[in-house]
Amino acid sequence: MAEVHIKINNQFITAEQGDTILDAANRSGIQIPTLCYLKNVIRTGACRVCLVEVKGARALLSACTTPVSEGMEVWTNSERAIRGRKTTVELIMSNHNKNCLSCKRNTNCELQRLCAELGIRQNRFEGEHTQPTYEDASWGIVRDTSKCVLCERCIGTCANVQGIGILGLQNRGFKTICGPVYNGSFDDVNCMQCGQCVIACPVGALTEKEEIHSVITAINDPDKIVICQTAPAVRASLGEEFGLPIGTLVTGKMVAALKRCGFDRVYDTNFGADLTIMEEGSELLRRIQNGGTLPMFTSCSPGWVRYVEYQYPELLSHLSSAKSPHMMFGAICKTYWAQKHNVDPSKIFVVSIMPCIAKKSEARRPECETGDYPDVDAVLTTREAGRLIKMYGIDELDALEDENFDMDFLGEYTGAGVIFGATGGVMEAALRTVKQKLENKPLERVDFMECRGMAGVKEAQIDLNGEKIWIAIASSMTCAKPLLEDVRAGISKYVFIEIMGCPGGCINGGGQSIVSARKKHGTIGYTYKDRRMKALYDEDRFKEKRVSMDNVQLQKLYEDFLGEPGSEIAEKLLHTTYSPKKKFKIVQ
Amino acid sequence: MTEKIRTLETLRKIREKERIHLQLRLDDKISLTEEDQHMNILVCAGTGCTAGESAKLIDQLNEEIKEADLSDRVRVIKTGCFGFCQKGPIVAIYPDKVFYTHVKPDNAKQIVQEHVIGGRIIQDLQMFDTSRIDGSKIYDIDKIGFYEKQKRIALRNCGRINPEEIYEYIAVDGYEALFHALNEMTPQDVIDQIKASGLRGRGGAGFPTGVKWQFEKNQPGNEKYVICNADEGDPGAFMDRSLLEGDPHAILEGMIIMAYAVGAHHGYIYIRAEYPIAVSRLRIAIRQAEEMGFLGRNILGSGFDFDLEIRLGAGAFVCGEETALIASIEGKRGMPSPKPPFPAVAGVWGKPTSINNVETIANIAQIIKNGPEWYAEMGTERSKGTKVFALGGKINNTGLVEIPMGTTLREIIYDIGGGCPNGKKFKAVQTGGPSGGCLTEKELDTPITYENLIEAGSMMGSGGMIVLDEDNCMVDVARFYMEFICDESCGKCTPCRVGTKRLLEMLTKITAGEGTMDMLDEMEELCREIKDTALCGLGQTAPNPILSTLRYFREEYEAHILEKRCPAHVCKDLLTYSIDPTKCRACSLCARNCPAEAITGKPGKEVYKIDPSKCIKCGLCMSNCRFAAIERN
Amino acid sequence: MEKLNGSALATIDAIVARHRNQAGPCIEMLHEVQNELGYIPFEAMEKIAEATNSSVAEVYGVVMFYAQFTTEPKGRHVINVCLGTACYVKGAQQLIDRVQKLTGAQVNKTSADGLFSLDATRCLGACGLAPVCIIDGKVYGNALLGTNFTDEIRRIIKEERTTESAS
Ligand SMILES: Cc1cc2nc3c(=O)[nH]c(=O)nc-3n(C[C@H](O)[C@H](O)[C@H](O)COP(=O)(O)O)c2cc1C
Ligand code: SF4
Ligand code: SF4
Ligand code: SF4
Ligand code: SF4
Ligand code: SF4
Ligand code: SF4
Ligand code: SF4
Ligand code: SF4
Ligand code: FES
Ligand code: FES
Ligand code: FES
Repeated sequence: MAEVHIKINNQFITAEQGDTILDAANRSGIQIPTLCYLKNVIRTGACRVCLVEVKGARALLSACTTPVSEGMEVWTNSERAIRGRKTTVELIMSNHNKNCLSCKRNTNCELQRLCAELGIRQNRFEGEHTQPTYEDASWGIVRDTSKCVLCERCIGTCANVQGIGILGLQNRGFKTICGPVYNGSFDDVNCMQCGQCVIACPVGALTEKEEIHSVITAINDPDKIVICQTAPAVRASLGEEFGLPIGTLVTGKMVAALKRCGFDRVYDTNFGADLTIMEEGSELLRRIQNGGTLPMFTSCSPGWVRYVEYQYPELLSHLSSAKSPHMMFGAICKTYWAQKHNVDPSKIFVVSIMPCIAKKSEARRPECETGDYPDVDAVLTTREAGRLIKMYGIDELDALEDENFDMDFLGEYTGAGVIFGATGGVMEAALRTVKQKLENKPLERVDFMECRGMAGVKEAQIDLNGEKIWIAIASSMTCAKPLLEDVRAGISKYVFIEIMGCPGGCINGGGQSIVSARKKHGTIGYTYKDRRMKALYDEDRFKEKRVSMDNVQLQKLYEDFLGEPGSEIAEKLLHTTYSPKKKFKIVQ
Repeated sequence: MTEKIRTLETLRKIREKERIHLQLRLDDKISLTEEDQHMNILVCAGTGCTAGESAKLIDQLNEEIKEADLSDRVRVIKTGCFGFCQKGPIVAIYPDKVFYTHVKPDNAKQIVQEHVIGGRIIQDLQMFDTSRIDGSKIYDIDKIGFYEKQKRIALRNCGRINPEEIYEYIAVDGYEALFHALNEMTPQDVIDQIKASGLRGRGGAGFPTGVKWQFEKNQPGNEKYVICNADEGDPGAFMDRSLLEGDPHAILEGMIIMAYAVGAHHGYIYIRAEYPIAVSRLRIAIRQAEEMGFLGRNILGSGFDFDLEIRLGAGAFVCGEETALIASIEGKRGMPSPKPPFPAVAGVWGKPTSINNVETIANIAQIIKNGPEWYAEMGTERSKGTKVFALGGKINNTGLVEIPMGTTLREIIYDIGGGCPNGKKFKAVQTGGPSGGCLTEKELDTPITYENLIEAGSMMGSGGMIVLDEDNCMVDVARFYMEFICDESCGKCTPCRVGTKRLLEMLTKITAGEGTMDMLDEMEELCREIKDTALCGLGQTAPNPILSTLRYFREEYEAHILEKRCPAHVCKDLLTYSIDPTKCRACSLCARNCPAEAITGKPGKEVYKIDPSKCIKCGLCMSNCRFAAIERN
Repeated sequence: MEKLNGSALATIDAIVARHRNQAGPCIEMLHEVQNELGYIPFEAMEKIAEATNSSVAEVYGVVMFYAQFTTEPKGRHVINVCLGTACYVKGAQQLIDRVQKLTGAQVNKTSADGLFSLDATRCLGACGLAPVCIIDGKVYGNALLGTNFTDEIRRIIKEERTTESAS
C-alpha cells in the first residue's frame, strides 16, 4: 500500500493511499465528529458534520469522503471548520423534534452528543419543520421522522447489509423523508424486522416498539405469575446499558437485577434452546433418514423466517418446523410448568428478554397460536430490559451480587444453549447432540471450531458416525443469499444450513445495546461483535454440561410430558408452520 | 440505405452537391444556374415559434405554393430557432433577405401572393426594430440591430439550415472537422488545440475544456464516457434548447471529436424532457449520422467507434450538476456526490467521464476547423471566444445573443436588447440564474468575462440574463430564487436542505413586513456559512442572489423592514388596493376580473369598492381599469 | 388502492421488457409508463424494481424525486404554468392566480372535480413569449395579454359540463 504524507492540524501523518481524511485522522487519534457516515455500510457525505478545512479548497470538505493526497494540509479544528460544523448541527436542530426528555435515545443519541460537544447553546434558526410521520403499525419498529436526520444509515444497512432495501429517501429538498414505500409501515412491506436499521440509526427516529408498560402492569397484578426468560445474547450486551465494557458477561447480575424487578421466576431461554436442539436435531435426522426436504434450514431466527416467507416462499419446506427457543419455552411454561405447579395457565404471563426485534412480531404470529394461550406475552429488547432495571432503581449493575436462575423444572441449561447467541452457535449445538446421539457415546470433542468466527459465510464437512455431511452457516441476508440461490437452483451440496438474520447472529441483534458510530470507527471498531461472542463462548467453556441432550431437566420433561422429540404433543406445542407472504400489502 | 461515408472525397462531393441548395442563404457568391434559382422561405420551427403555430404556417405555405404551381421554384424550409422567439413566428426569405415577424398561418396566402409572386415586401409583417435609433420598421436581415452586433459562432447555423436534414449541415462544412480530427490528428493533437483555443466551459464554472479532457485521457482503462449536458436548468435561459433545435449535428460532431480525444466509445446526451422538439431533432440527427457513418463502428473509415444515447431528465434542476446528472443517467435519484473523486476519474458507471455543456460542444468543430488561433483571437485575455446569452425579462428584444467575450453588459442590454420597454427605468440585470447575482447600472460597463462577473458578485452561469426594471422588487427577486432553490434542492446535505429553507423564511418575513434589521445580518451570515459547507455547487452558490441584492440594494431591504413599504409595489403583504370613488365610472370591469370576488358595486350605478379582507392583491383590477381609478399603496 | 386492469399491466410489461437490457433504464421506463398511463402505479414500480435489480423503495424514491413523475392519475386536462425566471418577472404569479380561480385546482394538485391539474413548471424554453402556459400540450405565449388562454379554459369547462349533463 502506497504511503501518502499529509499534515493534519500541523502534525505530520503518514496515511495510506485510498484513505479518507477521516480514516487518517482516526488512525492518528484525531477525532473528527461524524453523523451520516457509517463504516462499511454507507458513506454519502450528506450531513456535513465532519467538515474540515483543506488548504487550497474553496469550501470546507467532508472528511469522511475526501481522499488524502500527497502534501495535503488539513485543519480539523480551525475556527472556520468548527463554525461550519456547528452551523450544520444547528440547522439540523432547527428541523428536529427536540423532545430529548421523552426520547428513547435520550443520553444515548449521537445528535445530542454533537450538540453537547459543539457547545451549542441556543436555537439559532428556528423555523418550520418538515411534515412529520409517526408510524407504529408494526409490532417491532416505530418510525418517527420528526427525529430523522436523513443520514441514510438505515437505508444503507437494509440495502447493503440485508440486501433488502425496504427503506429509501422520498421527496426532495426540505420535504425529504426516509421510510418504506408510500411512507407507510414496516408491516406493509417485506421487512424482516431484524432491527438492524434501528441500531444503525444515530437518533431516535427508528426505535423498537416498547412493551415495558404491559410488563410492569403484569408484575403488579397479584393474580399473574410473571415468568421472565432471557435469551443467551442478552447477557453479553446488557452490561453496556450500564456503562460496562463491551463484552462483559453479566449473567448472574442480570438475574439478580431482574429478580429485583419483581418477576416471579427468572429462567434462561437456554432451556428452550436445548429443547430446540432436541426437536430440530431429530427433525434433521428424520429428514436425512426418510428422504425429507434437504438441506434443512434452522428456524430459530424469526427475522430470517420472515425473510424466507417474503423473499423465498418456495423454500419454506426447507425450514425446520421447530419454533424458536423462547416460543418453545413459553409453550412449556404454560403447560408442563403450569401442571407441575398446579396453576391456571391463563394466569401465567411470560416475558422474553431478547436481543431481537423480530421476536416481538414472532410472538404475535397467527401461525404460532397452537396452544390455548399465547406462548409468550411480551418481548423486551436488551435495551428495554436495561430501562426496566433502571426504572426499578438499579443503576449499578456490577454492584449486584450474582444470583442464579430459578431452578424449578426449567432451570437447567447446557453450554450448547448459550452459544445460540452467536453465528454458528446453533449449528455447533445441533452437531453436538446429533453426533452424540448417532454415535451413541459421549463426544470426544465438543468444540466444533469450524462453526465459529465472524465470517459471514462458513462451511464445513462433518463426520456423523462415519457419514460425511456438508453444513453451512450464514448470518445477514446478503451473506445468506448465494446459499439460498443455490438451494433454489437445486445445486446446494449442504444438508444442514444455519442462518441468522443479523450479521454475527443475535449478539448483534436489533434489540441489543447500541454501539455508536464513533465506537465503530474508533479502536473498538467492529470487534464489538467478537467481544460479545467471546463472552458467550466463555460461559460455554466453563459449563459442566455442554451437550443439549445431557440436560437432565430436559430429559425429565420428555419423560414426564413430551415423550419423544417429534411426538404428537411436541408437534403441537413446539412446532409451527409457515406461509408464503406477499412482499407488499400495499396493493391487495 | 444510405452509403456510409468513408473518405473525405465522398464527404466533399456531397457537400458540393448540397451547397447549391444553400447558396442562396450563404454569403459566398457562386453564380447559380437558372434552374437552381430557388426561392427559399425559411420558417422557424423552434419551440417558441411552434407555440405560435409555425407548423401550421409551414403547411399553409406549402399548400399555397402548390396551388400557385410554384413548387419547382420555391422551397419552404423549416429551421431552428432564430433566437428572436418573442417576435415569432419568424419567416426569412432568400435571396431577398427579408425578415418577417409575428407571421400567422393566415399570412401564408399573402406571402405567396404578394411577396413571392408580386415581388412586394409586406409592410405589416416587417419588424419594428427598437434597437435602431430611428425606431423605423425594417426587413433587411443584415440591418437588424439585434443581429448586427452579434458574432454568431455557436449559433451560426441556427435559423439558416434545416436541422432535420443532415445534407444541409454537410453543405455548410459539417463533419469536415471530424474528418480532420479522426484522420489527421492524434487524440492529443485535438486536446492540444482545444487547450490552445482557450475554450472554457459554457455550462457554469468556466473550467478549461482542454484541461478537463486531458484529465480523462490520462486515466487508465478502456471504458470511458462523454456526456453532453443539455439539462439547461436555469429557468429563463434557452441557449442550449436553440442550439439543439437549430443545429443538432454540430453537437453530435463536437461530441464525436470529444470522444475521440478522450478515448470514449460511448456517449450520452442528457436532455430535459421539457424540450420535446429538441429531443426529436436529436433523435433524427443521431439516426442520420448513424446511417452516414458518423456514428457507430469505424467512423469515416478511421477505425474509431462511438455511439450515442439520449437520456431524458424528469424535472430536477440539480441534475444539471454533473455528479447528479450521472446519478440520473444511472437511473437513480439525482443527488450529487462529493468531489473528489471528479467525474474525469470516476463518472458514469464509476468510469472516467467528461461532461460538457451544449454550447461548449457547439464550438468544438469550429475550433478544429478554423484553428485555435482563430478562436483565441476573439474575447479577452482569460475569457476567449464568444458567449451566448438568453436575454429576457424587461427588455425590448428578448432573445438569444451571441457576443464576443469582453463585450459590456450595456452593449448587450441597450445596443442589442433595445433597453427596457414602455420607457421604464432599468434597475438591474440578473446573470447566472439561481447561482448568480444581480448587477446594477454601475456595473453595466463591465466587460463580460468569467472573472469580472464573479468579482461583481454574480457569475457567468450558463447564460441567462434577466433584465429587471423599476417595477421589480429586488427582495422579491431574491425570494423568488430562494423559493426556486428550496424547491430544487435535492435535500441530501443539511446546509442546503435546511439552510436555504431558513433563508427563504427570513426573506418571506421581510417581504411580509415582519423583518427586523438583525435578520439582515443573520441572513448574510447564514449565506456565507451555506456557501462554505454545502455539498455541491447548487448549495454553494444558492445564497448568491441574496448576497448580491444585499450588496447593491440594501436600502430596498431596509424599506421593507423599517418603513414596511415595497418601493416597487410588488410585495403583496405590503400593498393595499383601493378605488378612488371620484374616478370610478362603475363599469364593473374590475369586479368581473377579480379572482377573489373582492370588488362590489352596481354596474353603471354605484361606484365600486374593494373589500380589503378578501383582496388577494393580484393587481388584476388595476391593470383592467381603463379609468385609472384603482390605486395601490 | 385500485387494482390495475390487464391491459395496463401488459403495457407495463412491454415497456419493462423493451428497456430491460439497457444500462440504468429506470427513468426511461418511468417516463414511458407515465406517458402511457398518465401516472406511475405501484405495479409498475414493482416490475421496474425487479427488472433493474433494485428495491421498490429505490424506484419509489426516484419517482418521488423528479417533479415530472406522479403516482396519482392527473386530471382530464393538464395546465402547466411556467414559473421560470423570465415568466416570473413578467407576472406568471398572476397567471397562476387566474387559473386557480377558474379551475379550482391548486398548484401541483388536481381540482376536486377531477377536471384540471395545475402544474407549475420551470422554463419551457419559450422565455421569449413569457409568461407562458400550456393547456393540454398547446402553448399559450404572452398569456397575460388578451384572453386566449382563459377562453380556452372556459371552453373546456363548458364542453365538459355539457357532455356531463348529456350522459
Ligand atoms: C446546480 C447546478 C446546475 C447546473 N446546471 C447545468 C446545466 O443545466 N447545464 C450545464 O451545461 N451545466 C450545468 N451545471 C454545470 C455542470 O455541473 C458542469 O459544470 C458543466 O456541465 C460542465 O460543462 P462545461 O465545462 O462545458 O461548462 C450546473 C451546475 C450546478 C451546480
Ligand atoms: S433523537 Fe436525540 S436529539 Fe433528538 S430528541 Fe431524541 S435524544 Fe434528543
Ligand atoms: S438538560 Fe437542561 S433542558 Fe434537559 S432536563 Fe436538564 S435542565 Fe432541562
Ligand atoms: S428491520 Fe431489517 S429488514 Fe426491516 S427495514 Fe430494518 S434493516 Fe430492513
Ligand atoms: S431513520 Fe435514522 S438512520 Fe434512517 S435516515 Fe433517519 S436518522 Fe438516519
Ligand atoms: S439473528 Fe437473533 S436477533 Fe437477529 S433476527 Fe435473528 S433471532 Fe433476532
Ligand atoms: S447542496 Fe443542495 S443540491 Fe447539492 S447536495 Fe446539498 S442538498 Fe443537494
Ligand atoms: S388586487 Fe386582485 S384580488 Fe384584490 S381587488 Fe384587485 S383583482 Fe381583486
Ligand atoms: S374598472 Fe375602474 S372604472 Fe370600472 S368599476 Fe372598476 S374601478 Fe371603476
Ligand atoms: S458528511 Fe461526513 S459524516 Fe456526514
Ligand atoms: S423559436 Fe422561433 S425564433 Fe426562437
Ligand atoms: S422562464 Fe418561462 S419559458 Fe422560460
